[in-house]
Amino acid sequence: MSEIERHSFDVVVIGAGGAGLRAAIEARMQGKRVAIVCKSLFGKAHTVMAEGGIAAAMGNVNSHDNWQVHFRDTMRGGKFLNSWRMAELHAKEAPTRVWELETYGALFDRTPDGKISQRNFGGHEYPRLAHVGDRSGLELIRTLQQKIVSLQQEDYRETGDYEAKIQIFAEVTITRLLTTDGRAAGAFGYFRETGNFVSFEAPAVILATGGIGKTFKVTSGSWEYTGDGHALAMRAGATTLNMEFIQFHPTGMVWPPSVKGILVTESVRGDGGVLTNSEGTRFMFNYIPDVFKDKYATTPEEADRWYTDPDNNRRPPELLPRDEVARAINTEVKAGRGTPHGGVYLDVSSRLPADVIKKKLPSMWHQFKELADVDITKEAMEVGPTCHYVMGGVEVDPDSQETLLPGLFAAGEVSGGLHGSNRLGGNSLSDLLVFGRRAGLGAAEYVEALPTRPAVTDAMLTEAEAEALAPFSNVGDENPYTIHADLQNTMNDLVGIIRTESEMVDALARLQDFKVRVKNSGVKGGRAFNPGWHLALDLKNMLLVAEAVAKASLDRQESRGGHTRDDYPKMSDEWRKLNIVCRYDGEGAVIEHQPMQPMRPDLLELFDVEELKKYLTAEELPTHDAGSDH
Amino acid sequence: MGYTAKFKVWRGDDTGGGIEDFNVDVNEGEVVLDIIHRLQATQAPDLAVRWNCKAGKCGSCSAEVNGKPRLMCMTRMSTFTEDETITITPMRTFPVIRDLVTDVSYNYEKARMVPAFAPPADLAPGDYRMAQIDVERSQEFRKCIECFMCNNVCHAVRDHEENKTTFSGPRFLMRIAELDMHPLDTVDRREVAVEDHGVGYCNITKCCTEVCPEHIKITDNAIIPLKERIADKKYDPIFSIASLFKRNKQGRQAAPDTPHATK
Ligand SMILES: Cc1cc2nc3c(=O)[nH]c(=O)nc-3n(C[C@H](O)[C@H](O)[C@H](O)COP(=O)(O)OP(=O)(O)OC[C@H]3O[C@@H](n4cnc5c(N)ncnc54)[C@H](O)[C@@H]3O)c2cc1C
Ligand code: SF4
Ligand code: SF4
Ligand code: FES
Repeated sequence: MSEIERHSFDVVVIGAGGAGLRAAIEARMQGKRVAIVCKSLFGKAHTVMAEGGIAAAMGNVNSHDNWQVHFRDTMRGGKFLNSWRMAELHAKEAPTRVWELETYGALFDRTPDGKISQRNFGGHEYPRLAHVGDRSGLELIRTLQQKIVSLQQEDYRETGDYEAKIQIFAEVTITRLLTTDGRAAGAFGYFRETGNFVSFEAPAVILATGGIGKTFKVTSGSWEYTGDGHALAMRAGATTLNMEFIQFHPTGMVWPPSVKGILVTESVRGDGGVLTNSEGTRFMFNYIPDVFKDKYATTPEEADRWYTDPDNNRRPPELLPRDEVARAINTEVKAGRGTPHGGVYLDVSSRLPADVIKKKLPSMWHQFKELADVDITKEAMEVGPTCHYVMGGVEVDPDSQETLLPGLFAAGEVSGGLHGSNRLGGNSLSDLLVFGRRAGLGAAEYVEALPTRPAVTDAMLTEAEAEALAPFSNVGDENPYTIHADLQNTMNDLVGIIRTESEMVDALARLQDFKVRVKNSGVKGGRAFNPGWHLALDLKNMLLVAEAVAKASLDRQESRGGHTRDDYPKMSDEWRKLNIVCRYDGEGAVIEHQPMQPMRPDLLELFDVEELKKYLTAEELPTHDAGSDH
Repeated sequence: MGYTAKFKVWRGDDTGGGIEDFNVDVNEGEVVLDIIHRLQATQAPDLAVRWNCKAGKCGSCSAEVNGKPRLMCMTRMSTFTEDETITITPMRTFPVIRDLVTDVSYNYEKARMVPAFAPPADLAPGDYRMAQIDVERSQEFRKCIECFMCNNVCHAVRDHEENKTTFSGPRFLMRIAELDMHPLDTVDRREVAVEDHGVGYCNITKCCTEVCPEHIKITDNAIIPLKERIADKKYDPIFSIASLFKRNKQGRQAAPDTPHATK
């Protein structure tokens, strides 16, 4: 065993996005010593890219809004496959979590009476997203980062050491979770800068590693999205849930090729933008599904009136949940009504004055101007679906965020449950805050109750080190960059937005090939900041995650939310009652079925029976009739 | 389109290094970062570079392109001619770690020295009331993506390593201004701006403003007002407690709704 830097903490948080930072703040406020570990520089996590805003039923813009409405919207968006307990906690606690950000120094856009302004978003009945222009994620992450600085300043005043309670380890990648007697014991990783190894020994570990986008070719995600947390959790003995549900955001850039996939925020539609095909038709009116028939406008006139008079008109179908819009765009393009670069048109230029566009959508204006030479105040954008978010994730207890491995917690995009089969825009940032805090609290309470700290032995570290160094002793001449590109194409083409059995069987066979190829991929150069080595390690995670996604997708014989089967195009009440759980058996991902918990009666009562009939089996239906006043 | 471009990329580490030549393919619509990635994938798998979002939002990919600080992900290849040689070097002000990656810890240390936001003690969460017009000044500064190119270009640190201990660079002078202009902040940071962050070193050359990818008017809107306020404090004893700014703040607080009012 070479020199390994060893640290000891109460709680180690892996990930410095919104979820990780909020978790760390909470654990520190509970008096715990916390390490925050992240792959990139501090303040650069994926959360920084979020644009539209944070969903929270504060009722600042429309006073009819409240947690019950938010809860209903979330369940509908997820097509009732959500963990209803998480959806309940989320809807109830989100407003407090947003207000708290103001006490940390956040400056949201304001309403005329000085409150936090809220904007419309797909699937949300009322204007609900707290935002700052279209850079809401930047505001969120900077605010939390600055709160951490302020806590460090407090600790400095008390102890003379900024890092007495919170220490940040940036550009460190965790490659393995340490476990002792079936409990979490810490995490092992390397400094990207030097390639030297480091261990964090802690009784509680919080995973907040974000998503899996980089397993797909067209994605809005950054290089960090290699599914590390999902893979680390499975290898350590925890489980993932419903990995087949992947959100393809309807509007990614399609041109030029090098920016394909970069997100075009949903706010463009929320603020009035419309989707048209090459024939100039506003096609979304043709794609309103039965379950949403009474909530969406059927004519452009009504849709347009809604922007100024939402109480007396139904919303435009451009604001249907994302899975619906993405499928519609996919169908239009396949039918030959796409744009020259294979997308559809998204236009605000004919809908809003140029100065309003620049004010409301500054980064979109900037992004199109600089990357595509398109002035969105004068011409339409070309857009198409892009892999955006994974609804599935590590299985957790809804209240404490603890996984099936005691001492291991998960929050944010890496965890599963809240969003069911499809996430509503804005519900991720609120998820990070609500469940980041709960994970921090859960971890602190767990540490408190634990009689002895689990030991980390030299043997455990030696093993972890050997695993991380393995790519250097591979002799083959496979190039990890090529394997990665092949994996991304396979997932995009065969387990993408529309799925079918034969293609997924093919994908699974290819994944087995990739596993062999990874073993033959040698790494050139040394250990200091070597992206080739980093990718070789990340690839192992991506392959396990891809396998989980492909297996779960092949298994679920229905179409629901972010899982669309050509061969099973309908939603099935029977499949809704099942979670597909994935665990690691030493070789790869294996799946099993788990029955969903029936929803608590008081929550069921929030819905009309007529609506519930669209989702639930006959025996699950309540006997009440909630009337039509919702 | 599609052509072969000539690239010169600095490679090395803290012990030294130099420029290496590459010929590399360029396709339509690509940015400099795409080319660096192609070098990694085809010719130099261990070429070190930082990036994250590839959309100009995270501020990770700062480097000097033909001597000018740029975000590599937002620098389109079409801004160069096909026969132009493009030289990529790491940011000069910060110590090199490897290739294009520099040690930017200076910035995080300075960030930690700015006294944090402090709201009125009696103001409950949810009761914050601020007018849009009053938050807009600070919002401009909060657009900052911490690419650190302003700090990289400011001559007061770029050419004077010794100033790093006493001067925090435009990024953090701006952070002080941002907090000062926050309608509900209660702390006076003028003294620390001078003593700990060296606002006096800035001689308003505006080089920082010129490189800011977010087009923030760092000098005009942040640093100059900060300097003016400090001057008020120093030379006008009447304002030593209730400075212009604090009066403004109170004026603004009273603006829309009743401030601090419970809902
Ligand atoms: C362009 C875009 C726009 C979006 N807009 C919105 C929006 O408007 N509203 C909304 O609600 N949601 C939005 N989302 C979704 C939302 O931004 C993400 O789901 C959310 O930010 C994820 O946050 P997180 O805290 O879970 O993880 P992240 O912010 O992704 O952070 C993950 C962290 O984990 C670290 N990490 C990962 N692996 C390792 C490892 N092995 N070792 C150490 N550290 C590791 C990373 O370095 C990083 O710090 C958007 C997403 C995108 C891509
Ligand atoms: S204006 Fe001041 S802070 Fe900006 S570059 Fe010039 S000297 Fe530096
Ligand atoms: S102020 Fe501008 S140049 Fe300076 S760090 Fe922020 S974004 Fe970069
Ligand atoms: S990679 Fe994020 S700004 Fe360039």
